[in-house]
Amino acid sequence: MTASRLAASGDRIDRSRLVRFEFDGGSLTGFAGDTIASALLANGIDLVGRSIYHARPRGIVSAGPEEPNALVRVVWPSGVSEPMLRATTVPIEDGLRVASLAGRGRLETTTDPGRFDAANRHCEVLVIGAGASGLAAAEAARDAAPADRVFVIDAQPALAGPEVQPDTTALGIYDHGYVTAVQRHPTPTTDGRLWHIRAKRIVIATGATERPIVFANDDRPGIMLAGAGATYIERYGVRPGERAVIFTTNGTTDAVAATLGAAGVEIVATVDARAGEAVVDTLGDDAGRISGVVITSEGAAPTTVEADLLLVSGGWNPNVALWAQARGTLRFDERIAAFVPDGRGPGVPIEAVGAAAGEIEGIGELRPLWVVPPHGESGGDTSDPWIRHYVDLGRDATVSDLRRALGAGLTSIEHVKRYTTIGTGIDQGRTSGVVTSAIAAAILGQEVGAVGVPTFRPPTVPVSFAQLAARDRGALADPIRTTPIHPWHVANGAVFEDVGQWKRPRHFPQADESMEEAVLRECVAARSGVAVMDATTLGKIDVQGPDAGVFLDRVYTNTFSTLKVGSCRYGLMCRADGMVFDDGVTSRLAEDRYHMTTTTGNAAAVLDHLEEWLQTEWPDLRVRATSVTEQWATIAVVGPHARDVVARVAPGLDLSTEAFGFMTWRDAVIAGVVGRVFRISFSGELAYELNVPTWHGLALWKALIAVGEPLGITPYGTEAMHVLRAEKGYPIIGQETDGTTTPQDLGMGGLVSTKKDFIGRRSHRRPDAARADRKQLVGLLPTDPTALLPEGAQLVSLDADLATTPVPMLGHVTSSYRSAALGRTFALALVKGGRDRLGERALAPLVTGTVEVEITGSVLFDPESRRRDGEPPA
Amino acid sequence: MSRGVSIWPIARLAQISLRADATDRALAGRLAPALGAALPTAPGTVASTPDGGRHILWLGPDEWLVVGPDDSAASIEGAIREGSREAFVTTVDVSANRAGLELAGPAARELLGFGCSIDLDAAAFGPGQCAQTLLARAGVIIWAMLDGDAPTYRILVRPSFAGYLGAWLADAMDGLPDRPG
Repeated sequence: MTASRLAASGDRIDRSRLVRFEFDGGSLTGFAGDTIASALLANGIDLVGRSIYHARPRGIVSAGPEEPNALVRVVWPSGVSEPMLRATTVPIEDGLRVASLAGRGRLETTTDPGRFDAANRHCEVLVIGAGASGLAAAEAARDAAPADRVFVIDAQPALAGPEVQPDTTALGIYDHGYVTAVQRHPTPTTDGRLWHIRAKRIVIATGATERPIVFANDDRPGIMLAGAGATYIERYGVRPGERAVIFTTNGTTDAVAATLGAAGVEIVATVDARAGEAVVDTLGDDAGRISGVVITSEGAAPTTVEADLLLVSGGWNPNVALWAQARGTLRFDERIAAFVPDGRGPGVPIEAVGAAAGEIEGIGELRPLWVVPPHGESGGDTSDPWIRHYVDLGRDATVSDLRRALGAGLTSIEHVKRYTTIGTGIDQGRTSGVVTSAIAAAILGQEVGAVGVPTFRPPTVPVSFAQLAARDRGALADPIRTTPIHPWHVANGAVFEDVGQWKRPRHFPQADESMEEAVLRECVAARSGVAVMDATTLGKIDVQGPDAGVFLDRVYTNTFSTLKVGSCRYGLMCRADGMVFDDGVTSRLAEDRYHMTTTTGNAAAVLDHLEEWLQTEWPDLRVRATSVTEQWATIAVVGPHARDVVARVAPGLDLSTEAFGFMTWRDAVIAGVVGRVFRISFSGELAYELNVPTWHGLALWKALIAVGEPLGITPYGTEAMHVLRAEKGYPIIGQETDGTTTPQDLGMGGLVSTKKDFIGRRSHRRPDAARADRKQLVGLLPTDPTALLPEGAQLVSLDADLATTPVPMLGHVTSSYRSAALGRTFALALVKGGRDRLGERALAPLVTGTVEVEITGSVLFDPESRRRDGEPPA
Repeated sequence: MSRGVSIWPIARLAQISLRADATDRALAGRLAPALGAALPTAPGTVASTPDGGRHILWLGPDEWLVVGPDDSAASIEGAIREGSREAFVTTVDVSANRAGLELAGPAARELLGFGCSIDLDAAAFGPGQCAQTLLARAGVIIWAMLDGDAPTYRILVRPSFAGYLGAWLADAMDGLPDRPG
């Protein structure tokens, strides 16, 4: 262990603040400002893990996000953990627990307890990177734009000043100046923030990354990028070794040598490619750490020097990932032997400045050297001399792998990347990318610029899913929509179900009732007494204008222009393909005004459908559609005693059948509020739907519960609603239909006008729409009246040979319930040619046994509709 | 210490959805005196009556939301009818279709920026401007009321989303730094 903390130096660390952390179970200390990597080196730990496939000992290669080796699992004191981070990018803090990895982490299996959020930011100029060129660009930008509209982000901790947002790494550049970035610890209580930045101009000042040179056994702990060696000394006061060899192609290592010398590191050799010198191999100690460097000079025999540190500089690659993501083009600059931005970026003005643009300070003369061929002894016990020439340390990919890829005939660098996996590791090719292109170019006999580099894609650094989700987790994952009556439902023990984003009461269990018991009780109340349901979620659309009737005739299969003011009509809507799209009752409010209702889940889609046809096909129609779903709270009062209850809340309304018939509506004062009453029934019972402005929904509900109490008024949920409507054979769009069901399939051919055109009409004339074996809606009665079919169960014919698969299918169950009214189970199903099979029997083969059923009409209860005006005479 | 923003629900408003042909100059000329302010035609702008009692929010090329004090819905619809004469103009009372809340304080803009992707800078979105957009995952109308040290915004949201939006705002307050006072 030869790395150690120096007595002085280190502009990033605060030597007055000792930090205790844990590495692989051992307790260590560092200083505030240390990264995990610098603190490990300060403690003399230079072997930080094993490689992913070859299990080679590995150390710390870099001092930044280009690190391919030093991967760690991290658990913060808060309990937030990350399965795989680069030790070179994570600051230490008290209580931090760090574990080394063998090249790859494991997905965390517990919920991430971190607090992550997201924020938006708009600016005139976004400067990415707060080095000298970035700060200069920001300064210049502030001359033309308000200071708060120049946004400077930097991946490093706070150093540059208050005008720079620290710890923020740009992840991706998208169209129209949209940039995403991730910030670590934006506030003391927030672990990370995803920034959505929209800039009118972008300055990329992301600097450059040093690249290695490939040679035999170039992966040992103690082999480091030259600039990183200096960085550990200057920033963290850590001496990465005592006896160093510098292997260079360019002038930037002159300053490194000076820094090493000042820190007391003995430079035992400088191997300069410009002088024809090269490192051909390295030797290791028992643990695999570097112990010696084998050097050649042109024409001379190899010599070995003892060293515990090998600093390598193959040159510098401008950080062009963001530039290239923005579809900026690249060219290979022979001067620095690297890809640089070419010209200006397309779209939103984007420019690269400083090192990111190829202006590498101190690079001087550079002689490209990408790979040092094997000499006699490297390669060990195998005939392939290239298997220890590591190109991508993170993927354990070698020149041998690269040669195999090219030997297999791959010539595109994209294919080479996918074949060898070079560049797919956590550092995304930062150290290996251009080196790979250059080696491939040499083997292919092409120019490096012609081979190019693989496509750069976001994110530039790994981001956790919890961070991407930001606040949209847990209860905030998706909006929960509630009706104004929701508080009553909660207070009265409703069990809710999700209907789209809505929470709807499914049933209201009493005491220890099961769902089945509660639903049967609620159904009995609706059929023999009085029951109420919150139907506020029903979609409602105001359709207005002189051509409203014409318009509705076109969007519904049946006719609405003939509907009388004051009346309601059930309507069926198809898409252009003739399949049922939605249904609902629409009422005529005035000569030029209708009140349309839609299914809960389809409300927005129906409005879009109406707008699409109005705006694109029939702009000549004078009609406007407005969503009023949430203007009205809607309460259905259902059952033989419904009239008595409604009379008590709307005393001014004549509720007699003669004055207020089925499928009509009236303005009314309801519980003191102006609203509307519709005589609509989704159960076959006498029923009223009361509409009052949303504000008054809860008060009306409570009033109904109060006045209905003597009559045993019973709140019911969606499950009882489903049973009641199924007993009457009323389909639910989306349950009995699946986008391949026509009105005729549902037995609703009578609602399809033959006298007018409407959306879907032409499709109904296709031969396929008239096939005799189309699946048609029928009822099913299990022979065993207690057998409850599962919804989705397949039906086969009575004589089907179940042993010979595939068994021809007759159809499937769409709804299935226990019915209090029928005293038995029943189901609805779509069955091939079903209406010609009434009275036949079929089988539902289930895992638990085969159930025999009788195919019946779909209306199983009160087929004569004798109950819709109240309890019929006995 | 505070988070630098206050949020409160606002009293009921009269809200009328108005659809009309904005290119009909004669119609616009009649509606302006009837409503007390001209229909704004610049996208996302708000016109107000001189007394500030009634506001007309531009929601689309042929769509506005006329907002006034509670119980003024009928008078707004009457004024529009009077100005419309034979022109094809529709109104719908949507007063209960959206609930309102207001945010004010030095951190109001930052708080909204956690969940709203439009540029809320006063120069881009100042008093007299409105936008139909998303705040978190809820569709809203955001309406800039006041600028200065304590920017004030009004949010109109479907009542069914109000609970979600309130929970989201409470959660988002956590992302604001504490400030003295």
